[in-house]
Amino acid sequence: MLHDKDRIFTNLYGIHDFGLQGALKRGNWDGTKAILEKGRDWIINEMKASGLRGRGGAGFSTGLKWSFMPKQSDGRPHYLVVNADESEPGTCKDREIMRNDPHTLIEGCLIASFAMGAHAAYIYVRGEYVRERERLEAAIDQAYEANLIGKDNIHGYPFDLYVHHGAGAYICGEETALLESLEGKKGMPRLKPPFPANMGLYGCPTTVNNVESIAVAPEILRRGAAWFAGIGRANNVGTKLFGISGHVNTPCVVEDAMGTTFKELVERHGGGVRGGWDNLLAIIPGGASCPIIPAAHCEDLIMDFDGTRAAKSSLGTAGILVMDKSTDVVRAIARISYFFKHESCGQCTPCREGTGWMWRVLNRMAEGRAQKREIDVLLEVTSQIEGHTICALGDAAAWPVQGLIRHFRHEIEKRIDQYAANPHSDAAIMPVAAE
Amino acid sequence: MAKIIVDGTEVDVPAEYTLLQACEVAGVEIPRFCFHERLSIAGNCRMCLVEVKGGPPKPTASCAMAVKDLRPGSNGEPPVVLTKSPMVKKAREGVMEFLLINHPLDCPICDQGGECDLQDQAMAYGVDTSRFAENKRAVEDKYIGPLVRTSMNRCIHCTRCVRFSTEVAGVPDLGAIGRGEDMEITTYLEHAMRSEMQGNVADLCPVGALTHKPYAFHARPWELGKTESIDVMDAAGSNIRIDTRGREVMRILPRTSEAVNEEWISDKTRYVWDGLKTQRLDRPYVRRDGRLAPATWTEAFDAIAAKVKAADPTRIGALVGDLATVEEAFALKGLMDGLGSGNIDCRQDGAALDPAHGRASYVFNPGIAGIEEAGAILIVGSDPRHEAPVINARIRKRWRATAGTLKVGLIGAPVDLTYPCDYLGAGPDSLADLAGTGTFADVLKAADKPLVIVGQAALARPDGAAILALAARLAVAVGAVKDGWNGFAVLHTAAGRVGALDVGCVPAAGASDAAAMAAPGGLDVAFLLGADEIEVAPGAFTVYIGTHGDRGAHRADVILPGAAYSEKSGLYVNTEGRVQFANRAAFPPGDAREDWAVLRALSEVLGTKLPYDSLFALRAALVAAHPHLGRLDVLEPAGADAVIALGQTSGTTDRAAFGLAVTDFYLTNPIARASAVMAECSALRLGGATAVAAE
Repeated sequence: MLHDKDRIFTNLYGIHDFGLQGALKRGNWDGTKAILEKGRDWIINEMKASGLRGRGGAGFSTGLKWSFMPKQSDGRPHYLVVNADESEPGTCKDREIMRNDPHTLIEGCLIASFAMGAHAAYIYVRGEYVRERERLEAAIDQAYEANLIGKDNIHGYPFDLYVHHGAGAYICGEETALLESLEGKKGMPRLKPPFPANMGLYGCPTTVNNVESIAVAPEILRRGAAWFAGIGRANNVGTKLFGISGHVNTPCVVEDAMGTTFKELVERHGGGVRGGWDNLLAIIPGGASCPIIPAAHCEDLIMDFDGTRAAKSSLGTAGILVMDKSTDVVRAIARISYFFKHESCGQCTPCREGTGWMWRVLNRMAEGRAQKREIDVLLEVTSQIEGHTICALGDAAAWPVQGLIRHFRHEIEKRIDQYAANPHSDAAIMPVAAE
Repeated sequence: MAKIIVDGTEVDVPAEYTLLQACEVAGVEIPRFCFHERLSIAGNCRMCLVEVKGGPPKPTASCAMAVKDLRPGSNGEPPVVLTKSPMVKKAREGVMEFLLINHPLDCPICDQGGECDLQDQAMAYGVDTSRFAENKRAVEDKYIGPLVRTSMNRCIHCTRCVRFSTEVAGVPDLGAIGRGEDMEITTYLEHAMRSEMQGNVADLCPVGALTHKPYAFHARPWELGKTESIDVMDAAGSNIRIDTRGREVMRILPRTSEAVNEEWISDKTRYVWDGLKTQRLDRPYVRRDGRLAPATWTEAFDAIAAKVKAADPTRIGALVGDLATVEEAFALKGLMDGLGSGNIDCRQDGAALDPAHGRASYVFNPGIAGIEEAGAILIVGSDPRHEAPVINARIRKRWRATAGTLKVGLIGAPVDLTYPCDYLGAGPDSLADLAGTGTFADVLKAADKPLVIVGQAALARPDGAAILALAARLAVAVGAVKDGWNGFAVLHTAAGRVGALDVGCVPAAGASDAAAMAAPGGLDVAFLLGADEIEVAPGAFTVYIGTHGDRGAHRADVILPGAAYSEKSGLYVNTEGRVQFANRAAFPPGDAREDWAVLRALSEVLGTKLPYDSLFALRAALVAAHPHLGRLDVLEPAGADAVIALGQTSGTTDRAAFGLAVTDFYLTNPIARASAVMAECSALRLGGATAVAAE
């Protein structure tokens, strides 16, 4: 349970003023100049020591990522790009930061840019986030007016911050596709290497960070790495925004300590599973791309990187999707599969062709209109996609299906048996066919 | 250099090599679809996956990973790449299965059948059954012009065509719309493609999605005879392969030649073959009572002999056409020498090129491949995009290789060359200004290897000689002519021109040049060896030796049917002075004969028998007289002194702007003018221009 004094986002619910005056009251922009004066190396070392792991899903050490940027510029400018293309189904944490606590992000951008020698930063906002973008831009305007950022600001570090509004493609949340999109090209992931730290935006050294990773940085540096590292479990430290949605009584976004158990999160903040804990069927712990975790594993599930990993899933963005027993889990995963099929950029073969295949097979399985041997074929198809693509969307499309087969194979088989027993009954025609 | 172990074989390769290249050095074949040596790396087909030991536990795209990006082992041992491991086998089978699930099974009616990468690689790396039970994706076919046929169901989205049109052709008409499995390759609003090299996308297409429209459903690759030859549509001398079935030319494809055309050819080169079948002269004709009437060879020769015997030798002249082989030009010159006439000219357009100035004064001295070394380029009176598309592609390649920093100056008609140019002016005055000072002159001077390209539009005019001298002077002044680099380059438009100049097909001292011969009262008897680009004034008795019922044939009093370039063996010298050998792929139609044989037979009738009875004897005589013509496929430095001397000649230029040497790219010679495909392209180009204006 996180104490109120340890909260970083103190206006998560928009109760107070999102603007500069409110932010100053909440302690943002406090001693920023002093932090910058401690130097690049101090900031990066402090970030490393804090143990902050990237909040976008992969969980890579943020301090380490910053340290990959060249120490000396070779003549090319450096860039910070903030990934605010929060499109993962079930995830809505960054929007709360952008619309209610935007100055944490803006201050973080300044500090992070300073730490990596960047004089310009871009925030790539998801296309659907219109109001969030407006709030964010208003906050940036305030920061410019107060001379907190800009060419000749009170912090003595020339810094410009730009907001770029995306057009609503999921794939543009992939860091290199985001860079392509930012450059005005079609959002298709790039081949790596070269990595963005070497050849990123416009061919210049670039670091792409999640909104939350950047927004927590100022508070970490103000309070010290030890404070942040003291929260949570080893290797899984700090506070984290959890999104709880689905079949809970009070869906919400909440900041809590890493390592909180799923049960505590859902009971305390989510108001409990609809129909009681025993009505829980399964959860998807971190946005649609994470494998499903059945109720049996949820009892003691610890919500952090290692805890979810132990349950053969991943923390992802910590956008928890809760499903109670009224859920048609096969159909749910089929719908997720459709999402990935729809959002595949079409660049590389396994993802372009495989996502559609998986969706079509799953759609039939949701009705039971399949053969049992096809379950193994489907599993093999997922393994032919996973790890064979340019970016991680192929993996993201494969994991939910793998999770479904791992935990709910019996459900698919039951469906197939039902259909085989009575293939022409009206009941067997599921509404999914109408979609 | 870096060491790498591929399937147990250690090889030493440059560190910037990709794994795919390193594997090829080690003798291991890696299947691929999207990767192409001359295009940027897309890495999207995923067919070239290999296993890298010690890397992440997933296969790596070998086309995109460089050897230097691999980490050595813990004790510094070279990185290990496996291409035959179970992981790689599974990856290839998986990718192949994905490629095939939405690929139609229409190989029996697909033009790519038999030369399809997907077919071949499915045999080699795929599995033999399909587990895909859903409906296949259907994609509407697109109209992308009269030359490339689409069958978009077959597309595997390798984007080679998109990359070609964007990078090599420089006319980015093709692109992909939609995403995921709905991604489709198309032109914007199904516009026709506007590149002169669009046919290459059908060659690049690894499947049958893009095929050659004029060739559609005509033949199968395995039933075609394949003959290596040389193209005559422009002066680049592109290396081609002529595919024939029986006597018929079915299609023309490029051959790889790093020095000349790499592996591209222009659309005119590729699709002109239907012109070889229409408007052909297949028997001799003699004009009787104002009308051309079919005749026998004897009748035709007798008619000529009567006129020639009656004429004063100085009133007999000959014009060498643009498509003539060196042998024919040599034989015609021999015939004229035998008749005692010095009236012979190969410069129908009146270009002021004279072998007397030395060979360097009329060839593309740095060579086509030399463009890739050029530090700055000045183009004078030329539109390389339409005069020699493959040469323009080289300039564009150089511009891309310099990351767009290559400076190209253009004097002449303002044309779109697919790369940015500094437009310096329209005519000789701008060139003269440059010769003094000027910012672009400084650019040329500062460049390591400046290149000055002079086109026919600058030379085929009364003050052409002065302009040529001015350009040579400028080239010397800016340091384009120095040890190890001769950047003075004449870009020709006629395939036979350099060869004819090499054998001296220019008027002897005091004799008439082309314009004088064609002028009213210029000649009594004129021999036109495929010379269709000049109008011989009424009065002269005209003998036309050629292939098509074109301008020359209409003017002729006697027509002697000859052989087109696909129907004879011969030498061509391209604009850079490279001697190349063209093989015979088919036979001339009807009574038509190879031109050298026609000239040889005619010489006997005219009483000045040429001293050779076979093409080999003719060629031996040719090489004896001009030894450099016996050295095939080499680029011999032509001697920079000629350019320096040329620059010291003087003359006055007038103020008229340079025109265009090629006004209609698709209709520059008799064969192209006989081609329905070329006519359609030409009409589309002209009509397309108005449509765009109306938009």
